[in-house]
Amino acid sequence: MDHVKILVVDDETDVQPLFEQRFRREIRKGELSFSFAFSGEEALKYMEEHASEVVLILSDINMPGMSGIDLLKHIRRTHASPNPRVMIITAYNDNDYYNQAISGGADDFLTKPLDFTLLKEKLSQL
Amino acid sequence: MELVYFLIILFSTQYLRDTLHTKTEDPETDKRLNFLRIAAIVYFCISMVTSFDDQTGGMWLWHVLIVAFFWYLNHDEKFKSGKSYFQSFYAPIVIAIFLDVVSVALPTFYSKYDSYLDSFSSIAFIWVIAIWYQNRKQQKQLAAERLQRLEEEKQNQLIAAQKAELELVVGERTREILQQKEELETTLQHLQATQVQLIQSEKMASLGELTAGIAHEIQNPLNFVNNFAEVNTELIEELKEEQEKESPDLELIEEILTDLADNMQKMVYHGKRADSIVKGMLLHSRSGSGEKQLVDINALADEYMRLAYHGLRAKDKSFNAALEKNFQTDPLMGQVMPQDFGRVLLNIFNNAFYAVMERKREEGENFQPTVWLSTSQEENFLLIKIRDNGTGIPDAVKEKIFQPFFTTKPTGQGTGLGLSLSYDIIHKGHNGTLTVTSEKNSFTEFCVQIPLIN
Repeated sequence: MDHVKILVVDDETDVQPLFEQRFRREIRKGELSFSFAFSGEEALKYMEEHASEVVLILSDINMPGMSGIDLLKHIRRTHASPNPRVMIITAYNDNDYYNQAISGGADDFLTKPLDFTLLKEKLSQL
Repeated sequence: MELVYFLIILFSTQYLRDTLHTKTEDPETDKRLNFLRIAAIVYFCISMVTSFDDQTGGMWLWHVLIVAFFWYLNHDEKFKSGKSYFQSFYAPIVIAIFLDVVSVALPTFYSKYDSYLDSFSSIAFIWVIAIWYQNRKQQKQLAAERLQRLEEEKQNQLIAAQKAELELVVGERTREILQQKEELETTLQHLQATQVQLIQSEKMASLGELTAGIAHEIQNPLNFVNNFAEVNTELIEELKEEQEKESPDLELIEEILTDLADNMQKMVYHGKRADSIVKGMLLHSRSGSGEKQLVDINALADEYMRLAYHGLRAKDKSFNAALEKNFQTDPLMGQVMPQDFGRVLLNIFNNAFYAVMERKREEGENFQPTVWLSTSQEENFLLIKIRDNGTGIPDAVKEKIFQPFFTTKPTGQGTGLGLSLSYDIIHKGHNGTLTVTSEKNSFTEFCVQIPLIN
């Protein structure tokens, strides 16, 4: 597997240690690398600086300020190419959010609590 | 004197026929009376024509006839009712007979007072006519009375018939009314049952709104608790592997141990976070005992303010509002039914946050949504003010907000019962008042007053 750079967007700061530990082996082997943004705005700023590097964005929906859906739409406007891929994560497992995410151009839709085994499977298919 | 006798018989038979109604009720007697009358008429005519009265013999026959006539009437039970009427004729008859006896026995005496005695027949005639006339008058009067009585009876019958008819109608109406009453009672029962259901559904709606947000909020801490626990399992495996190596990497072991401890702390932190959310939810759903308790109003109001804010933020994290509190005395103890009172506060706070959210949506970044909570103890009541700088309530709507089913929220988002139930809880349940002042696009302030109970 090539090196994959992933941007995780969530207002819960504890996602950073969680992702870093759950993917510690993959990170150590150099297969994956993670960056974190704790708001939609921060994520956009990061994307401006590292646009070509980021392959995948994992974003929460409910965040203060810019929501995950807004971020998704923004990214799809400025990045017409298939990359980066965007996976939307939410604790609201309902059709409304799912439809919003998919019509907004999301590649996948995941629910909290996050199933890392499932996430790893999806990442290996990239 | 024959004329007098003739009239007596005529009147008597006529009287009997009239009073006893023999014509219709006793034709046999009627025939007999009629025969007597006709006989009297015939005999009177003969005596007039032949004037055989000139000899007293004719008169004696009259005497016999009249005595026989009255004897017959007196001996028949049928004519008993006419007795007093006959008796009024006895006097002239007795005197006439007496005079005739005198004229035979004492002819000289009789001829001496002839003129006086003869005038007697005139007196007897007048007497009989007078009696007849008097009687006729009485009869007429009686007939009139009878007619009147008959009329009255007819009237009474008519009234009785009308009364019976009325009673029938009244009975029918009463049955109808009773039926209507029963129907109304059933309807009332249905309405009361529906009301209970509506109140319950309102409670569930506000609880549901809260639970949806809170359930979402619980997923976040749960996400961490589950995943950090799984990470720790992996870390422990890794630690074991490292220790079994010939030359363990002490630095790595140290790092893993630090991570383990950190993760444990995070699990505890997020576990407690979930716990406090659930506790808040339980407080709302617990069915109230309906009894007043002495509670700290400040703490209760603060709790529901946070709960409402928390619930809304769980749904929409982009939502922010400043919460300003001003407690004149702290704690502020009051006698309330905590669950019911909490629902009122939750309702008002939900509306306040909804209003500031709407205004934020309209006006954008420059607007700072704020909700104020202030409490104070006045002379004989407690005052709780909840103010927001939201969209405000137009005057046209202001008078309707406490009406059941009135809502300005889109269909399906509000039952329209929240404030009407709140009004009932404060006014009926707590003998207090719930009032509102508001200005469009400026502010809304709800004032809750409850009496101080020592």
